[in-house]
Amino acid sequence: MYERKRQATLGKGNRALYFRKSWQLYALLILPLIFTIVFKYGAYRGLTIAFQDYKVAKGYSGSEWVGFDVFERIFAHRDFGKSVRNTLLLNILDLIFGFPMPIILALILNEIRGKWFKKVTQTLLYLPHFLSWVIIGALAYQLFSVDTGVINAMLSNAGGSPVPFLQDDTWWLITYVFIGVWQTMGWGTIVYLAAITGVNTELYEAARVDGAGRWKQCLHVTLPCIRSTIVTMLIMNLGRVMQGSFERIYALTNAKVTEYTTTIPVLIYRWGITGGKFSEATALGLFQSIIGLLLVLLSDYVAKRLGEDGLL
Amino acid sequence: MKEIKRTLTVSQKKDLAVDFFFRVVLILMSVICLFPFIHVFSKSISEESFVIANKVVLLPKGFSLNAYSKIFADSSILRSMFVTIVVTVSFTLIGMFLTVCSAYALSRRELKGRKIITFLILATMYFTAGTIPDYLLMSNLKMLDTWWCLILPLCFAPYNLLIMKNSFSSNIPDSLVESALIDGAGHFRILWSIVVPLSKPIMATIALFYAVGRWNTYSDALYYIKQRTDLRPLQLKLYYLVVAASESFQAEGGSVGVLTNPEVMKAACVMFATIPIICVYPFIQKYFVQGTMIGAVKG
Repeated sequence: MYERKRQATLGKGNRALYFRKSWQLYALLILPLIFTIVFKYGAYRGLTIAFQDYKVAKGYSGSEWVGFDVFERIFAHRDFGKSVRNTLLLNILDLIFGFPMPIILALILNEIRGKWFKKVTQTLLYLPHFLSWVIIGALAYQLFSVDTGVINAMLSNAGGSPVPFLQDDTWWLITYVFIGVWQTMGWGTIVYLAAITGVNTELYEAARVDGAGRWKQCLHVTLPCIRSTIVTMLIMNLGRVMQGSFERIYALTNAKVTEYTTTIPVLIYRWGITGGKFSEATALGLFQSIIGLLLVLLSDYVAKRLGEDGLL
Repeated sequence: MKEIKRTLTVSQKKDLAVDFFFRVVLILMSVICLFPFIHVFSKSISEESFVIANKVVLLPKGFSLNAYSKIFADSSILRSMFVTIVVTVSFTLIGMFLTVCSAYALSRRELKGRKIITFLILATMYFTAGTIPDYLLMSNLKMLDTWWCLILPLCFAPYNLLIMKNSFSSNIPDSLVESALIDGAGHFRILWSIVVPLSKPIMATIALFYAVGRWNTYSDALYYIKQRTDLRPLQLKLYYLVVAASESFQAEGGSVGVLTNPEVMKAACVMFATIPIICVYPFIQKYFVQGTMIGAVKG
């Protein structure tokens, strides 16, 4: 009895001591938590309007609840299927053409011995990563436009006919993917180069003793050693297949191309910000977030099942 | 003598050929990355007639700084540059303060509730409310068309917190903090006099993540800045001027060479927005590479 009482007071004393020692840690967290609660959790409240017939004048609490009506309406909308298809199409094309490039470039960079040469090429290859999509879009119009673009000027000098790189649906798709590859190929090498530096040099020596040339060393030592990095990156990218960059598409869009430019983020912008149909746009965003979250969780699960680190 | 030389070349010839091939590939790729900038730069300082005739490819033809003097005469472009600088600096300062404070607190293992708080902050990274709820929040907070909507909502990034927290956990020896605690220093003091001075590289990295991210993003300004055209950051201004071409350049006085064709102006505008980045880029690149590697190693 006495013992228990003593422990209780001791516990209370410990707690008081703990707070005297650690209150400053909590104080440090106050402002970051306020920011998180106000700007992140505060925004979650707005998700409720996906289940309402939201009217700006009536606000969150005054608008009428309509259950899943809004979702039924957007699923039946003709732009909905198109936007999902385009989001998946653009991301999968990005993956097919954009994913292998950094791996190939990293393997090539790894073979280069000249330090100075390597540094300069890396600096140039990383450059596009640092530019905003507006600048890249503006550069694209300067290069690819039909009348004034330098590529078309060169084509016509060589006797070819002009190519509508950004004005025709199919050509736009090709240009869009090309620009994506251009922007990410250099920066993407960093992860793989880091993985390559981690490879045990004894493995290369052993391979050389066995008479393996550079090609064989690359195939049988480097690639197997960075395999887990490649698999993790692939799974992470697959997890993001429902997300889309609004800024990238918006900076490359013009009135002439309509078939592939309507992705989910673009449709949300068109419905919500310019059209004022807040409930529909929020429902579409919620749909995308939930599918996106499920895909991320699934890809994390798969990565962990394969014995990789995962991303969560 | 001759015999030896030939055997050497035979064994090394293939190697040299492969080396040469790789170098050619890399040079080609680098040229593809660099060409757009050289072309647009040349266009921006060329004489207008050559640009209209599509004669400028790599090197400038003629020389004229008319377009740049027009940019510096256009008060709306200078204003947008000013907006971008003010927003970027305050965004980075506030973001760094919040990130350093929370990263230190959450890297201390004795903090009770550490796991749940970390989860609460990081969860917002994987499930975002979305464009419209964010927009309505800004509207309800009466922040639309103000400076604040460009600074506050995004300035505490969970991803940057994660990187900094991992860096603190692995780089600051626990014994150092413990002994300072025993000596009677509080956590504020330890953070300010021990942890911050020891973490300069990671602080530079995260500050640059914030600054470059803010400098480049334009979608939030596109959503939130509607009426107050004087609050348009540079990227949004550039979007309206060059990409959407819905806005015309403010022609102020036509005394020095009137430009009739917008192409040179567009090129000069792109360069005006790009040159600051290209100037600092070689110096900040290394910090970005380090930050990306820490980010790739999850904890």
